[in-house]
This record gives sequence, structure tokens and C-alpha cells, in this order.
Amino acid sequence: MTAALFIAQRATAVVLAFAVTIHLATIVYAARGGLTAAEILARTRGNGWFLALYLVFVAAVAIHAPIGLRTIVREWSAWRGRSLDLAVAGFGALLLAMGMGAALVLFLA
Amino acid sequence: MMRASHTQPGFVAALLHRLSGLALAIFLPIHFLALATALRGADALDTVLAMTNNPVLKLAEFALVVALASHMTLGLRVLAVEFLPIRERTAATVSLSVVVSLAVGLVFLLNVQ
Amino acid sequence: MLQVEVWRGTDRGRFQSFAVPRREHQTILDVVTEIQREQDATLAYRFACRVGMCGSCAMVVNGRPRWTCRTRVSDVVGDDNRLRLEPLHNFAVVKDLAVEMTRFFDKWRDAEGSFQSARTRDDDFAIVPPSSPRRQAADAGIECIGCGVCYSACDVVSWDASYLGPAALNRTWTLVNDVRDAAGAARLDAVAGDNGCHSCHVHMSCTTFCPKGLGPTYAIAGLKRAVTARALTGRTG
Repeated sequence: MTAALFIAQRATAVVLAFAVTIHLATIVYAARGGLTAAEILARTRGNGWFLALYLVFVAAVAIHAPIGLRTIVREWSAWRGRSLDLAVAGFGALLLAMGMGAALVLFLA
Repeated sequence: MMRASHTQPGFVAALLHRLSGLALAIFLPIHFLALATALRGADALDTVLAMTNNPVLKLAEFALVVALASHMTLGLRVLAVEFLPIRERTAATVSLSVVVSLAVGLVFLLNVQ
Repeated sequence: MLQVEVWRGTDRGRFQSFAVPRREHQTILDVVTEIQREQDATLAYRFACRVGMCGSCAMVVNGRPRWTCRTRVSDVVGDDNRLRLEPLHNFAVVKDLAVEMTRFFDKWRDAEGSFQSARTRDDDFAIVPPSSPRRQAADAGIECIGCGVCYSACDVVSWDASYLGPAALNRTWTLVNDVRDAAGAARLDAVAGDNGCHSCHVHMSCTTFCPKGLGPTYAIAGLKRAVTARALTGRTG
């Protein structure tokens, strides 16, 4: 990877360390005694903090994951070059769109 | 005869880190899709959540929680070696990461119905 | 009797078995030399100083890259008396246990691993306090003799043949910390690409196996920080 990709991946890693810690704690706490849609939506519906946090979370993942995948594919297969860069960027765009969509759905439900 | 680099704790750490990352990358689109079913109302989301109420998928959820926790802890190890002036004790650090991740997964499993 | 399996051939070949008496204080180099002199004169292998200074004798011993002159049989062979000798991994094999080092040293060149001076013989000496942090960082890696053990041990090299590797990057880091050196930005450019320092994933086999106790992992981490700092602030060094 290049310097720019390295910085992007390490910086988003730090952001994700915080987001994942909060996410794991929330899952474990909220999932006690089972998890229903009503319980999830009660936390997320109209909750500006939820939306803000998870949009940041999704953006960070959409940058972090494709860079990691690029490294794996370059080292464990023969695929490299522009086409690979475009493919992982496309995957990042997909994650961004789907993730933001899910966060918005849960916020607006 | 296995080459010696593959028995080193640093390699084990890197392999776990890579495989957990791969698993999470594959899982995420599914995760987002599942949550987005709430677009059709709480009942639609409940249907999806109910699908996970079987031993196989509960085990898969446990594995994903462990994957998330271990990817983070092993990633923090990499960040520490790269940016902090520490000389880490690799084997101990990796063992600690794995134990913490499994603990997080276990707490999840024991708390969820 | 030691049961010794020795690689014969080039990148393609087979293991040939030899029986060698097990003796006290024997080194792996003693075993290989005995095979070549007493049993099979066609066996090709390298050594020079035989006292752990030159690094010529490096090869893979029971799966791990080592200097054969400094490895006692008693340290690596158990009660099963089995010994397996292979040429260093990640190098093309010239013959049997001797490998082609050219590409390894080409990567030193590609990583800008050579000193570039801005002074002439008419200038005064450079003053470099040995205790200064940068000189200490350089000294921590300067003892590398290019034996190739770290390069053989590196998984990233085996996955990506274009990766510059721990030895070349370690050497570059010593030069980044050499206050007399004039290469500056060009040196960081050389190690900032897809085949450079950012491809190190901290497996740390290089640091674990280096016979001189050097830490290429930490040198590479230093390069990562230097490249990052330059990208963020525009400053070199």
C-alpha cells in the first residue's frame, strides 16, 4: 500500500477502535434477555447521537475494509493493479451506501 | 516440515487478524441488509432477528463477536509496534488478545437468549 | 548416526539422505562439510569465515533459517537424530544449498540503501555524537551483514516477490538516521510504495531469527512513521 492508503487505514483503525468498543458494549448490554426489533428501534428512532456515531462508524469501515481487502488479494492471489483498486473502491462505496442506508432506516423508523 | 516462520506468535497474530478481517468484511453487507429490513416495519426486522434463534446461527454470532474483538485487539498490537517506542513481548500480547476476545464473545453468548 | 536430508537440485529437485556420525560439539557446518568431503563431492554449499562473522553459511535447518557455523547439532536435533537442510527460502536456488543473492542486493539498491554524501574531502569531518538519538537508531541496525536469514524468514516476501524485504528496509532506516546523508526525500520515496515499508504486517520473524539480534520490524516501523510524518507535514527527517 502507499503512504496515503496506510495513513487512511491506520487513522480509521483508531476511529474504529472507539466505535467498535462502544458497539460491542452496546450489543452485549442490549442483547441481554434476547433482542427484539422494538428494543432496537426504541434506542435508534429519532436518536441524533446514534445516527451521528453510526454514520462515522460506517464511513470509517467503508475506508478501512477495502484497503485491508486490497492487501489480502495482492498477497494471496495474482490480482493487482488498477482493476483491483477499482474493485475494492467499489466495495467501499457499497458498504458506505448500505451502511448509511441501514443507519438512516433505523433513525427514521 | 512446517517452516519456522509459521510457528511464530507474530505470524499466528497476523493470520488471525487477516482472517477475522476477511470474515467481518464478508459479514458486513449481510448485517446492513438485515438491519435495513426495518424499512418495512418492526415486524420485518423481528422476522430477521428470529431467524437467528437457532444454535448454528447463535454460534455464528459468537464467532463474529470474537472476530470483531480479536481483529481490534490484534490491530491495536500492530499500531503499538508501529507508533509506540515499546518492544513488545509478542507471544504474551497475542495470547492476551485471544483470551480477551474469547471472553468478550463468551459474555455475549451468555447474555443473549 | 544423524539422518540428514539435504536438498539437491535447483528450485526443483529432491531430498537426498545421508548418514553422518553424531559427534560432540558438532556444528551443522561440520555435518555439511563432512558430507561434501567424505560422501558426495557434488554437493554445493557456501561458507567462508566459519566463525559467525560473514553470514555466508546461512541456510534453512529443520525449517528455520540459521548460520550453520554457529548452530550446534545438539541445539536443533533431538533424540530422533533427524536433520533437514534446505537452501534459504525466497531466493532462487543456484544449486543444492547455495542460493542466488543478486535480487536480494538489488532490493538494497532499490530501497536507496547506499550512503550519499554532500561533502568533499576538503570539508571538515562530520561531528556525530554516538549518544544522539538518531545515531543510536542507526547503530541499532548498522551491524547487518546481509546474510539473508531475515529475508528467508519473511512471509510477506514469500507472498509478494516484489516486497523490498526486512534487510533492505533496515539498511534504509539506518541511512534515514544518518545525519551526514544527503539523499533525503528520495530515500523515503523509495520505500513508500506498494513494495515498501507499509507492506510489513509485523509478523516479526525477521527480528526473531536475526543472528545478530537486530530488529528490522522496528526499523520498518520507523520508516512507516517517517513516511507518514512527511505525508502529513511535508517535512523530511
